[in-house]
Amino acid sequence: MNTNLLLGIAKAHLLTKIKQTLIAALGVTFGIGSYITLVSFMTGLNEMLDSLILNQTPHIHVYNEIEPSESQPIANYSDFENSMNVVKSIKPKFSQTKIHNALPLIDKLNADKRVRGALPQLNIQLFYISGSIELVGNLKGIDIMKEVDLFNFGDYIIEGAAKDLENTNSGIFLGSGVAEKMSLKVGDRIQVSTVKGGVFPLKIVGIFQSGVADLDDIQSYANLSTVQRISGVPNNYITDINVKLYDIENAPSMAKSIAYQNKLKAVDIATANAQFETGTTIRNLITYAVSVTLLIVAGFGIYNILNMLIYEKMNDIAILKATGFSGKDVQFIFLSQAMIIGIIGGLLGLLVGFLLSSLIDGIPFETEALPTIKTYPVNFDVWYYIIGISFALVSTFFAGYLPSLKARRIDPVEIIRGQ
Amino acid sequence: MVLEAKKINKHFRKPVDFHVLKDIDLNIKNGEFVSIMGKSGCGKSTLLYILSTMDTDYEGELFIKGQKISGKTRDELSYIRNKHIGFVFQFHYLLSEFTVLENVMLPAKKLGEKSLKEIEADAMEKLRILDIEGIAYNKASNISGGQKQRVAIARALINNPSIIMGDEPTGNLDSHNAQNVFSIFKKLSVEQGLSLLIVTHDLDFAKKTDRIVEMLDGRIIS
Ligand SMILES: Nc1ncnc2c1ncn2[C@@H]1O[C@H](COP(=O)(O)OP(=O)(O)OP(=O)(O)O)[C@@H](O)[C@H]1O
Ligand SMILES: [Mg+2]
Repeated sequence: MNTNLLLGIAKAHLLTKIKQTLIAALGVTFGIGSYITLVSFMTGLNEMLDSLILNQTPHIHVYNEIEPSESQPIANYSDFENSMNVVKSIKPKFSQTKIHNALPLIDKLNADKRVRGALPQLNIQLFYISGSIELVGNLKGIDIMKEVDLFNFGDYIIEGAAKDLENTNSGIFLGSGVAEKMSLKVGDRIQVSTVKGGVFPLKIVGIFQSGVADLDDIQSYANLSTVQRISGVPNNYITDINVKLYDIENAPSMAKSIAYQNKLKAVDIATANAQFETGTTIRNLITYAVSVTLLIVAGFGIYNILNMLIYEKMNDIAILKATGFSGKDVQFIFLSQAMIIGIIGGLLGLLVGFLLSSLIDGIPFETEALPTIKTYPVNFDVWYYIIGISFALVSTFFAGYLPSLKARRIDPVEIIRGQ
Repeated sequence: MVLEAKKINKHFRKPVDFHVLKDIDLNIKNGEFVSIMGKSGCGKSTLLYILSTMDTDYEGELFIKGQKISGKTRDELSYIRNKHIGFVFQFHYLLSEFTVLENVMLPAKKLGEKSLKEIEADAMEKLRILDIEGIAYNKASNISGGQKQRVAIARALINNPSIIMGDEPTGNLDSHNAQNVFSIFKKLSVEQGLSLLIVTHDLDFAKKTDRIVEMLDGRIIS
C-alpha cells in the first residue's frame, strides 16, 4: 500500500517531466546498449581467437631438440670442481630427432586421467616434384581421424575429406599454397623425394588451408604409416607427440614433468601463447572502460534530473512531510524515480544491445585464416545481459542516492516559512 | 485535553542568538476552538510549527492527547502528524499533478488503516462537507484559490485528526472566501466537536472563536 502510494507519486513526478526523464533513460540505454554490443562482439572475437589457438595447438608439444648438452664432461671431474672451466665452441652431439621409446610414452600419456589424447606425429623434410618443378617442403605423418577429433583438423580442409586420407594408402593432403604453386588439384598425382633420396608417388586426396601463408606454402599431411614408409623408418619412429588435456591449467606442470622424466622438450600452450592472454585482457579492459564511461555520463544525467525535480517539488516535499510522510518515504520516492529511469533505460539498453549484436552477427566476415567462419563472431552469453542490467541498476542507484538523501533531509518548516 | 504545552522555549541561534519563544504554557481542551493573535514577528508561526511536531528543536514538553511528544523519533512524529494533526497553511499546498480527490486521499492512504474504497468514500464525504464535491476530479492546479484552501481543509480532515492547526489559513483569501473558510471551521467545531488552533490577524474572525490567545514578543500575555 505504502510502496504503491510512493511509487504513484514518483510516477506522477516523472510524467510531468517526461522529456527529461526519457533523455535520462536514453543515457542509460546508450551506456548499456554499448556495453552489450561491445562485450558480445569483443568476447565473440576473443573466443574465436582463443578457440583458434586452443583447437589446433596442442596443450603440450613433446619433441626432441638437437641442442648442446648443458653439462660438459669436465663438470663431472671432481678435480676441477671449484675452478672456472672454459669450454669453447660447444657443438651438439649428433643424435636423432626421434623420440626414444615414443610408443610406450604415448600409451602412458593416454592412460593419464588428465589427458584427453596424445597423438604421434612424424615430421620430415622433402621435395615436391611435379613435372620439372621442385619445391622444398614439410610432410607430417599424422593419425588423421584423431587429429580431426582432438585438434579440429577438419576445419582447415577446404577440399576433400579426412576420411579420404585415412582410406587412401598413399594419399596426401597438400597445403593450399603448394597446390597453387604447382597447379595441382584433388585427384592429381604428386611425387615427393625424401632427403635420403628415393622418389615416391602420392595421390592428392585433399587440400588444406591453415590461414598462415608461410605454412600453407610448404606443409602437407599424410598418414603416419605412409610417411614412415617413405622415410624408411620403423613404425615406432616418431618425432613429435601432441597432447590435449581436459584442463588446460594442468599444461605447465605436466609439460615440466614430461620433459624431466623423459629428457625431452615439452612446451605447454600457456608458455607458447602468452601474448594471446594479453590480447584478451586488453580487449576486455577496453570494453569495460568504454561502458563504465558511458554509464557515468548517464549517471550524471540522472543526478541532474533528480536534482531538478527535487528543486521544483520542494513544496510537495514539504507538504508530504507536514501531512505525515517520513523522510524515508520521501527518499524512497526520489530514489525510485532514479531506479525507474534505470530499469527502463537498462531494459531498452539490453534490447538495443541485442539488436546491434544480432546485426553484427549477420555481417559477412570471410577470412582466409578462418575458413569455417562466415560472419562476425558474436557471443550471446546471457550473463552479459544480467551484468548489463545490474550495471544499470547499480549506477542509477548511486546517481539517485545523493539527491534522494537531500530530499529526505529537507526541513518542511524551512520551506513553509520561506513562502 | 487535546494539546498541552509546558514551558516551551525556543532559540534561533543563527545569525545571532534569539530567544523567540519564552516559557509558553498552552492547553487546548477537547472541542475547543482557539485563535492565536499577536503582532507580526512575535513568534506565532514558530509556536505552531512546534505544536504541530514539525519543529523539534525546542526546550519544554509537549503532549498530544496525553501522550508525550517531545523526544520522539522523526518517524514516530511523522505518524503522529499523519494520524492526529491536520494542518492548513496560508498557502494552499496541493500536489498539482493529482486531482482534488487524490490530494484529499493522500494522507489516508499513507495512514493505511482503511481500504481504498473507504478512503475514497471518506474523501468524497469531506469534499461534500466543504461543498466542493463538484470539483473532485479536477486537477489540483486548475481550481481557484478559495477552492484550493477548502481542498486543503478537506485533506486536513481526512484522517479525522484530534486537532486542526492553521497558520493564517484565510490570510491569502478575499473577505468573502475568508468568511466562508471561517464558517467551515465554526461548523466543524460545533457540529463535529473538532478542536482547532488557528493563527490569525483578523480580529473579527478571532472574536467568534471560543478563546483568543494573545502573544507578544514570544510570550503569551492572555
Ligand atoms: N529561521 C530563522 N532564523 C532566525 N530567526 C527567525 C527564523 N525564523 C523566524 N525568525 C524570527 O523569529 C521571529 C518569529 O517569527 P514567526 O514567523 O514565528 O513570526 P509570526 O508571529 O508568525 O509573524 P507573522 O505574523 O508575520 O507571520 C521573527 O522575529 C523572525 O524574524
Ligand atoms: Mg507567521
